Amino acid sequence: MSGFFKSSIGRKYAMALSAFFLMFFLLQHFAINILSVFSPDAFNEASHFMGTFWAVQYLLQPILIFGVIYHFVMGFYLEIKNKNARVVKYAKNNGAANSSWMSRNMIYSGLAILAFLVLHFIDFWLPELNTKYIQGNMSGLLADGESFRYYEELVHKFVNPIRVIAYVIAFVFLSLHLMHGFSSAFQSAGVTSMRKEKLQIFGKAYAIIIPLGFIFIAIYHHFNH
Amino acid sequence: MNLTLKIWRQKDAQSKGKMVDYKVTEISEHMSFLEMMDVLNEQLINSGEEPVAFDHDCREGICGMCSMYINGEAHGPDRGVTTCQLHMRMFKDGDTITIEPFRAKAFPVLKDLVVDRGAFDRIQHAGGYISVNTSGNTQDANSLPISKHAADEAMDAATCIGCGACVASCKNSSAMLFVGAKVSQYALLPQGQVEATDRVRNMVAQMDLEGFGNCTNTGACEVECPKGISLENIARMNRELLKSNF
Ligand code: HEM
Ligand code: SF4
Ligand code: FES
Repeated sequence: MSGFFKSSIGRKYAMALSAFFLMFFLLQHFAINILSVFSPDAFNEASHFMGTFWAVQYLLQPILIFGVIYHFVMGFYLEIKNKNARVVKYAKNNGAANSSWMSRNMIYSGLAILAFLVLHFIDFWLPELNTKYIQGNMSGLLADGESFRYYEELVHKFVNPIRVIAYVIAFVFLSLHLMHGFSSAFQSAGVTSMRKEKLQIFGKAYAIIIPLGFIFIAIYHHFNH
Repeated sequence: MNLTLKIWRQKDAQSKGKMVDYKVTEISEHMSFLEMMDVLNEQLINSGEEPVAFDHDCREGICGMCSMYINGEAHGPDRGVTTCQLHMRMFKDGDTITIEPFRAKAFPVLKDLVVDRGAFDRIQHAGGYISVNTSGNTQDANSLPISKHAADEAMDAATCIGCGACVASCKNSSAMLFVGAKVSQYALLPQGQVEATDRVRNMVAQMDLEGFGNCTNTGACEVECPKGISLENIARMNRELLKSNF
């Protein structure tokens, strides 16, 4: 089995596996964020649960961190390896004739997502780690000690229009990444093309609706704080 | 038609090579692309120049030799054809046509448009066969019942002519469509089961060794393949490799 993950195809499986996890995570993240539009209380409850439940904090979170790092490190590694598989480039190459722009530029859409993740890390994750593990405040409450802080923090972040614009751009790239990535991950995992047409439609829907939803949330809070 | 051709000229495997411009005149739209190349070569020979070396054999789309990257696509702009089946009616009078060899580290250029596709042969040798006792008591192949569906799919995979257009078109120079087809052609049939585990492992290992890139499912290969080999074969190869580890 160790030979398997060193083979080109084994790496495809691993890449697809990390991508599946990321897509599942994204869906879950969206499901919680969208609550903030309908019910601040429900959003607070869900955030507090995710932020303090041990299985999420000590099981899913490490898997997520590993998954993200594996995914983009492997993405870069494969990109470089694949570039090196053609030493002399074509003088004229018509890639648009046979493949989608999204499929040919996964590394660039991926880079844009990575840039966003750095911003996201600084914006939400670092303050969160600071509050919970450095200051040791696991209560999830505001300074008044009465109500939860999560909703307040979220809305506060989207006051700045520049941040909102950065979020929108990042999610457009995420959409482009998933336009190809969703069905690609299934193909890598060996899912047959008989089921592929429905899968394609479902994948495109996921790739549009989820990022669009995140964009909506950012803009909604920007105008309703 | 009068055409301008930009062709990759390279003296031998060690030389650097460059694009060179040529003009051809009075090309009939009924000619095949290779016949147009013949006209050019005759012209070159008559004027004492070195003709353009290119691979070809059957000139009817079955040998897979005629590798050319024409205007940025393997076998040119038409679909489901090899270069020998590409007609000049696909082009217009006054066009400039770029002609390059199939490019991949695993397909080194030998001269002009001729590349060494020996890597494909070595992948085949690694497992693209079944072992049959031919000492006189060979079983009749038809004594094994095979479903029509499996037979059709195996036949579709077996139509791969090993031309290398998939590798040439792939932005990653991946050989997975070729290897996927060769693995599938046996994986779908009862005769292929005995050696199935070793076959897929060895063929994939050889493919990796030859320096082909890794598939990212762009699907360019499927579009440019003259035989319409489907991506489904890559998915099947992936499943076969996974299965071979249990
Ligand atoms: C952190 C920055 C990221 C980078 C640099 C990156 C890079 C890449 C690259 C280069 C590929 C193509 C490799 C291949 O198909 O084998 C890829 C595939 C993919 N990525 Fe990303 N990506 C990133 C983040 C994400 C995120 C956040 C998601 C989902 C939420 C995602 C989902 C996918 C999917 C579904 C695939 C297809 C996997 C497959 O074909 O097996 N990526 N990524
Ligand atoms: S899969 Fe298609 S493009 Fe690739 S070698 Fe076979 S026939 Fe040629
Ligand atoms: S010369 Fe045989 S396929 Fe073109």
